Amino acid sequence: MNWEHVLPWLAGQEYPNTGVPGVPTLLYEHLLYVVVPLVLALAIAIPVGLWVGHIGKGGTLAINIANGGRAIPSLGIIIIAFIAFSAGFIPVYITLTAMAIPPILTNTYVGVREVDPEIRDAAAGMGLSGWEILRGVEIPMAMPVIMAGVRTSAVQVVATATLAAYIGLGGLGRPIFTGLAIGPQFNPDAKTLLVVACILVAILAVLTEQLLGLAERAIVPTGLMRKHEQERRGSPPPGAAAADTAQRSSEQSAVSA
Amino acid sequence: MITFDAVRKQYPDGTVAVDDLDLQVEEGDVVVLVGPSGCGKTTTMRMVNRMIEPTGGTITVDGTDIMSTDPVKLRRDIGYVIQQIGLFPHRTTAENIATVPELVGWDRSRIRERVAELIDTVGLPDGVADRYPHQLSGGQRQRVGVARALATDPPVMLMDEPFGAVDPIVRGRLQDEFLRLQAEVHKTIVFVTHDIDEAIKMGDRIAILSEGGVLQQYETPASILAHPANAFVEDFLGEERGLKRLSLIPVKEVTADRGPVVTVGTNATDAREVARSQGADWVVIVGDDDTLRGWSWTDELADPVDGDAAKPFVTQVEAQDSLRTALDALVSSWTGVAVRVSGGDRYEGLLTRELLTAELHDDARARL
Repeated sequence: MNWEHVLPWLAGQEYPNTGVPGVPTLLYEHLLYVVVPLVLALAIAIPVGLWVGHIGKGGTLAINIANGGRAIPSLGIIIIAFIAFSAGFIPVYITLTAMAIPPILTNTYVGVREVDPEIRDAAAGMGLSGWEILRGVEIPMAMPVIMAGVRTSAVQVVATATLAAYIGLGGLGRPIFTGLAIGPQFNPDAKTLLVVACILVAILAVLTEQLLGLAERAIVPTGLMRKHEQERRGSPPPGAAAADTAQRSSEQSAVSA
Repeated sequence: MITFDAVRKQYPDGTVAVDDLDLQVEEGDVVVLVGPSGCGKTTTMRMVNRMIEPTGGTITVDGTDIMSTDPVKLRRDIGYVIQQIGLFPHRTTAENIATVPELVGWDRSRIRERVAELIDTVGLPDGVADRYPHQLSGGQRQRVGVARALATDPPVMLMDEPFGAVDPIVRGRLQDEFLRLQAEVHKTIVFVTHDIDEAIKMGDRIAILSEGGVLQQYETPASILAHPANAFVEDFLGEERGLKRLSLIPVKEVTADRGPVVTVGTNATDAREVARSQGADWVVIVGDDDTLRGWSWTDELADPVDGDAAKPFVTQVEAQDSLRTALDALVSSWTGVAVRVSGGDRYEGLLTRELLTAELHDDARARL
């Protein structure tokens, strides 16, 4: 390991004798590879998930198609996309979007489907239109589950965006692939590049997850948030204990019946 | 007013849920649909707001065929309460109640006023407005459900076992409050239950349905109890029909006997003569202005009659109590009578077993 090069590299200087740009540049590129596919995935997976969840049909098909994409290794997709579209960002965006869609789509669909049918029935019975039920009931109630899917996707995309360097692009994959090419067994610089880059990717993934956690707090309706926290702690609010038990047991009996 | 005319619901698989139903729900009445599982009572109710579409016949609400009204518009004009209530967990009590007013575009201040008024009307404590459903007790949730259905003051309400999810004590209290509320608001209500006692208590009229949605009898609770139309109805009404009928008749419907009454200060011989003339071995002792003091066996009477030595009646009934309560008082007392008072201690007379029996038979005769 060559620790003396690490600090200047982190501060923005090129890593000597390897052609690897400074970390800030790599970080910027990496974030670009993460944000664009995530936004694309959200734009595709959330409307589709909401729609199939709302109408209650075609969910399995949509999820299977999305998961089918996941079955092909990301490395395979990126190479096929590279052959098809040659250089540029497009192969990276296609690969990472395909990877980000399944968790968001599945969770959106499941989140909407899991809205208690009685609540949907009450809403329809009071005269909410299909659109009003989706917007006012199903989306807010599905929000915790949707956000969990978004977090899963984001972490995966942060890690997988390293593949961009495999087809000659930058990002935090660049020092990893360069280090591998030089050979970490013999060269301390190669080892340093590899280890530091992997740690940076891991930190970025954790930070992304935390950041989205904060976003989740802002987006998920308060009533559901508190309920979630209480369920996590396993203690119902004072006074509501009996009612909750009663409701839960009636739900269970409904299920067993 | 809601009219069912030859209404039928048949599912694609051939199952008939409701068969050729004719029913008229008068304005301001509570009509209870009751019957065993699979009798189509919930289906019948849900057809009124097109949550289930009928496959035959016509349903009109205030003269308009429901099939000619847009379902969303139709439902906004009909209050809807279901057993599981279906409160929105992500919305506070106030926001839940405000659901329909917001949809139809009331302004904020009007909504705020209406919500506050309804929270009071359904007997919710202050401070629940900003709580979420999971922070409320079962009874409170039921009340929020009713308040939400009443929000825009719809003339018609549909209620599917609205008190089914709470324990019997809370249920009884909610039923009483509901009846008190209904006496003020006079909604036209279709109420579904599987519980015949709830039907008898809540209904102005009861429609008893059998499996496959066949209407067996549609009458007032008293008429159904007095004259079950057939063996199915009789069986469904169950045991203790006489007691159930008594529970429907208030004490004030019966003229109480004056009974063997003596005033404090009467001499004992006169008092015994009063008892003997009525075939009793005890007397009711009253003070001035018929203030009830108690009772005494004739052979234990002080001379002159002393109010302080009188034994108290353990239970007393008042005008609005039911004859069932009176019967309970009657069988619990040594004297075999229920004593009726007004204003807590003013003696009004005695109810005897013969009077109660005669009332059941008169009631039956009057309807023949």
